[in-house]
Amino acid sequence: MILNGSGCLDAVAAPDVAQALDIFVTKTVTPLAREGNAPVRIAESEVGMLNSIGLANPGIDRFLTESLPELARLGIPIWVSVGGFSAPDYGALCERLDKRDEVAAIELNLSCPNVEAPDGGVTELVAVARSATAKPLYAKLSPALPDIAAVALAVERAGADGLTLVNTIRGLSLDEKTLAPTLGSSTGGLSGPALRPVALAAVYACYMVSQLPIVGVGGVESGRHALELIAVGASAVGLGTILFREPGAPVRVRAELASELASRGLSDVAEARGIAHAQDRALLPV
Amino acid sequence: MRSRSRSGLRRERLSVTGAGPVGPYRLVRVRRGDLDPGEPGQFFMLTPRGHALPRPMSLCLAPPGELAFLIDPVGKGTRALAALEEGDEVDVLGPLGNGYRLDVDRPLLVGGGIGIAPLPYLAERLGGAPVVLGFRSERHAKAAALLPGAKVVVDPVLVTEAVEPARDILACGPEPMLRAVARMAPEAQLAWEAPMACGFGACYGCVVELGGHLRRLCLEGPVLTGQDVLAAPDATEEAAAA
Repeated sequence: MILNGSGCLDAVAAPDVAQALDIFVTKTVTPLAREGNAPVRIAESEVGMLNSIGLANPGIDRFLTESLPELARLGIPIWVSVGGFSAPDYGALCERLDKRDEVAAIELNLSCPNVEAPDGGVTELVAVARSATAKPLYAKLSPALPDIAAVALAVERAGADGLTLVNTIRGLSLDEKTLAPTLGSSTGGLSGPALRPVALAAVYACYMVSQLPIVGVGGVESGRHALELIAVGASAVGLGTILFREPGAPVRVRAELASELASRGLSDVAEARGIAHAQDRALLPV
Repeated sequence: MRSRSRSGLRRERLSVTGAGPVGPYRLVRVRRGDLDPGEPGQFFMLTPRGHALPRPMSLCLAPPGELAFLIDPVGKGTRALAALEEGDEVDVLGPLGNGYRLDVDRPLLVGGGIGIAPLPYLAERLGGAPVVLGFRSERHAKAAALLPGAKVVVDPVLVTEAVEPARDILACGPEPMLRAVARMAPEAQLAWEAPMACGFGACYGCVVELGGHLRRLCLEGPVLTGQDVLAAPDATEEAAAA
């Protein structure tokens, strides 16, 4: 299964790209409309890109009346990413989405590095969301958590149905000539190739403690990269930064993943899931 | 402002057919492949080898079977693109965005610096038009060779001093120049610029303030009118586009 990372695609502006995915994940929706951060919002580094978009979105009211009906016409499952600044925010957003058949699942953005962190622990936010909806709930976690596996276990116990690993990690870039921060907000979220080993480690750690399905996201640019995330425990793979330069990436990565699996005699993603761990165990002393 | 949803994004790996200096800039020509040259003022995303992100470039010329881009090597990405040589390959996505409207009666093309880039193709498509160009130095002004017959001014003379506001102005250049043109001629068509990660509405990186709101230049522009740029905030409009 190939998804997009939340915030990495506008399915209304590029419907054919979205339709090449198995699931479309929306940009994070917040209770009120947000203009987002002041420009400059993107910068390139040698190892990926930095963004400080700042959760620009129309707010839940306009999302439900204008965006969601348009997204439903794409004919693929829609996951709605939500973000807020308090537990009641998450509860209210999930309650609104719960009533809409077009929504296949809700992803809780618990980890945007470009806005103030929500009040309340991640576990409380998940518990409140859980009580507000029967939709499948995915918790998107930050790779900057000191013990991501412990948080994964906690959100599983709080009622999450899945994990999305990982969001971007805070970074900074400087202007070549002036040495001033490139981004208008100084720091931003680092994504792309630099995030690949970080995402691998996070999925690896969480798979060992949690039974939940995992969407692995972070620097995937090829079928091999997707296979590696699956091997450490991802059940689905999200594409992010690669979509910006190569909107045709979903088709290519899916085909490459199929040949990666076939060349190893693996019938499907389920069979490949977690095989990195099986090899660990084989190496353990008896 | 014109928005439109987009489909059929086309990206190809194209081979470079030639490259050469034009003043301090470099004109890079690539095989056209199956890409459409689009309308003047539209842009393409060119990915420099080894870079995570592509760079937006308006089409400078559309020779038969080719696309030509004028590159100002000001940063790492543009330096890598300017270093392309015949036989190299480059990934090109496009055409993207909204170009200039060509249904004008008395066109006047106005360019500042590297803002000359989209004007040769624009002049060709208009079947010729008077052109005024401003540059910061004589060295930069050598790029005026791309538009034979253009009136050229060099700093400290400003290009706006040579502009007749009564004409249908189609301009591209640095933001202060475009704002000055907008004040002189609110109907002017202005090709704006912003850093972009994608060029097709996905990244929200290229926002510019229009009518008091931050909007994605790749979808709303890059060609805007003076009115778009100068418009006061509209209280009835809601925040960012969905």
